[in-house]
Amino acid sequence: MVRVAVGVKRVIDYAVKIRVKPDGSGVVKDSVKHSMNPFCEIAVEEAVRLKEKKIAKEIVAFTIGPKQSAETLRTALAMGCDRGVHVNVDQAQLDALTPLQISKMAAKIAETEAADLLLMGKLAIDGDYGQTAAMTAAILDWPQATNLYSLQHNGDSATVEREIDGGLETNEIKTPAVLSVDLRINQPRYATLPNIMKAKKKKVKAVKPADLGVDVAPTLNVIKVAEPPVRAAGEIVEDVDTLISKLKDAGRI
Amino acid sequence: MLKRTSAIQSFLKCSSNLTPQYTAEKYALKRGDYGALTQDDQNHLISLVNGKGIVGEKELEGYNVDWMRIVRGKSELLLKPETTQQVSSILKFCHSKNIAVVPQGGNTGLVGGSVPVFDEVILNTSLMNKVEKIDPVSGVVVAQAGCILDQLNSELAEHKLMMPLDLGAKGSCQLGGNISTNAGGLRLLRYGSLRGNVLGMEAVLADGTIVDCMQTLRKDNTGYDIKQHFIGSEGTLGIITKASVLCAALPSSVNLAFLSVNAFADVRRLFSRARDDLGEILSAFEFIDNSCLVCLEENLKLTPPVDQSPFAVVIETHGSNSTHDFEKLEAFLESVMNDGTVIDGCVAEDSQKATNWWQLRERMAESLMHDGYVYKYDVSVPLDKFYELVTVMRERLGEKVLRCVGYGHVGDSNLHINITTPAYSKEVDQLIEPFIFEWVSQVNGSISAEHGIGFKKTQFLHLSKSAEAIAQMRLLKNAMDPKNILNPYKVLPLL
Repeated sequence: MVRVAVGVKRVIDYAVKIRVKPDGSGVVKDSVKHSMNPFCEIAVEEAVRLKEKKIAKEIVAFTIGPKQSAETLRTALAMGCDRGVHVNVDQAQLDALTPLQISKMAAKIAETEAADLLLMGKLAIDGDYGQTAAMTAAILDWPQATNLYSLQHNGDSATVEREIDGGLETNEIKTPAVLSVDLRINQPRYATLPNIMKAKKKKVKAVKPADLGVDVAPTLNVIKVAEPPVRAAGEIVEDVDTLISKLKDAGRI
Repeated sequence: MLKRTSAIQSFLKCSSNLTPQYTAEKYALKRGDYGALTQDDQNHLISLVNGKGIVGEKELEGYNVDWMRIVRGKSELLLKPETTQQVSSILKFCHSKNIAVVPQGGNTGLVGGSVPVFDEVILNTSLMNKVEKIDPVSGVVVAQAGCILDQLNSELAEHKLMMPLDLGAKGSCQLGGNISTNAGGLRLLRYGSLRGNVLGMEAVLADGTIVDCMQTLRKDNTGYDIKQHFIGSEGTLGIITKASVLCAALPSSVNLAFLSVNAFADVRRLFSRARDDLGEILSAFEFIDNSCLVCLEENLKLTPPVDQSPFAVVIETHGSNSTHDFEKLEAFLESVMNDGTVIDGCVAEDSQKATNWWQLRERMAESLMHDGYVYKYDVSVPLDKFYELVTVMRERLGEKVLRCVGYGHVGDSNLHINITTPAYSKEVDQLIEPFIFEWVSQVNGSISAEHGIGFKKTQFLHLSKSAEAIAQMRLLKNAMDPKNILNPYKVLPLL
């Protein structure tokens, strides 16, 4: 049986209307509802199913974030993970971290926790980078399979289906491996109260980035954040001739 | 978006075959002594609204029939004014010709109060949909009566505000209609009733007089509070054209718990505990019984996040500090789980889950419509006798009905008890009424907690109000609308 590590991230709730800060330095996060990144939730569900199928013996959930990220970790524990690792950084540091820095931390955690499989969501809905899973695999020098639609673990390998533009691609990869999940692989379970209560007793290890040998000094400088331009109103024209002349004026034809 | 569309589609599928009988025929009513609408009258009225009207009974089916499809009028003319002045001109003219008028907003009322009974002219407020002013500091919004609740919420959200009321019809119901029926809803528990939240108003009397009691400040004790006449009187004393409402702060922290409970006694206990432990953050406390869960699964394929149980309770919290709120909620849930009040439950981690679980409560009315015909009752019953009414009705009706369900704002002692049959049955109707109202009256409850009297409950008004109180109502009606042209056949019992 394998040990699975699964990464979870606390992000602004997907239903919230994002507002840009007046000074253009970022988006408003204070007093805004946050929850677990939807793809991370799917990754946790996939990990828990591996345990239910008796393929995994233990699931370690890990997160990198401020103290509020502890809630996200607790949700993962309530869904069925066995213990947690919380890498403490403050919100400002988290906002400035790049996928490369995150990947280095994730790789180190996979090593220290002796994971045989590392699961993640395909991307986080705030940054939308979609790079962490691939970078982590490269750092670990492990095989990777991203955007998973299905996962079948076969001992020292796994058969996966990946969602790609043209449809589904089936691969077989050796394990240990880094896997990232896409939307349709499963429907995450709800954390029920008895499990939420049990989760409070599960162990969470507090870790500093320095313990993982990673420097969190910013390497990326965000110059400006702005809302997309407001879509200009359309114009209704009387007849086809007017349409043609307007298109010509606009240089479209 | 997708969910709302499918809700409309599913509803139309079940109700499109049911064209109700004309109210006047079904209840053998006699038309009041009103003037008849001549072609000249019609033309003049349409000119008053710059052509924004609809003519012909066939074109007006959607406006002559209510949402529940239990009443049907025969109006030939619908007008859509855009300003208070137009409303005034319409009423002045109708008053002079003794023509009856029905004020209509979103037509989502559940007691047949928003549609004509005979050929009353429909004055529809849909085009009076401007939000005139939002004051982010005082939290007051001034808006025309035709503003839809959901749209008001969208605009208010930009200023971190929200309307103090919330109900399932929010996508269609309008402010004027909400105020004229003193609509309650899911959050009355926390934010109070419209009677307290409406600060000012502009309304038009039956003879076209515009009554300006507009005020946007919280405190104004200057003389008799005239606007209260128009709140809850269901369009029978005047037509509201504009109102100022005290909004609530949009909470940054919203939590939702869906809990399974074994017996109604546990629902009661859970409510006391919630009030004590959650205190100021409690914003909604709703229940649905097992037969509701069965109905939701059968008719809408909606399933709860936990296994079915005898009762389900939805608890919502609103606050400004998510850490504080979640801590309180968690401690509360742990304690009610440990002492056995609650057998299972879930907490919604994100807004999508919260929205989905709310549907289990908010789409109950729609879900029942799929059975065919719904006998809908909305009563206030003291909590110690609350669920007894459901068991009594079930026993009384037995196999004659498809379903008898109970759900609602248990936190406000407000029970929604609904009975369904495949098609209207006079036998079932007579088994239910007046028995259900008399039962409620005997426990000193209210025969209509929030839906109002409308057309459907006029003859039962005396079961919740004394003869003297009703006499006072008639006095007021005669003083404000002596010709009885505003929404006739509604609210007050027909003499």
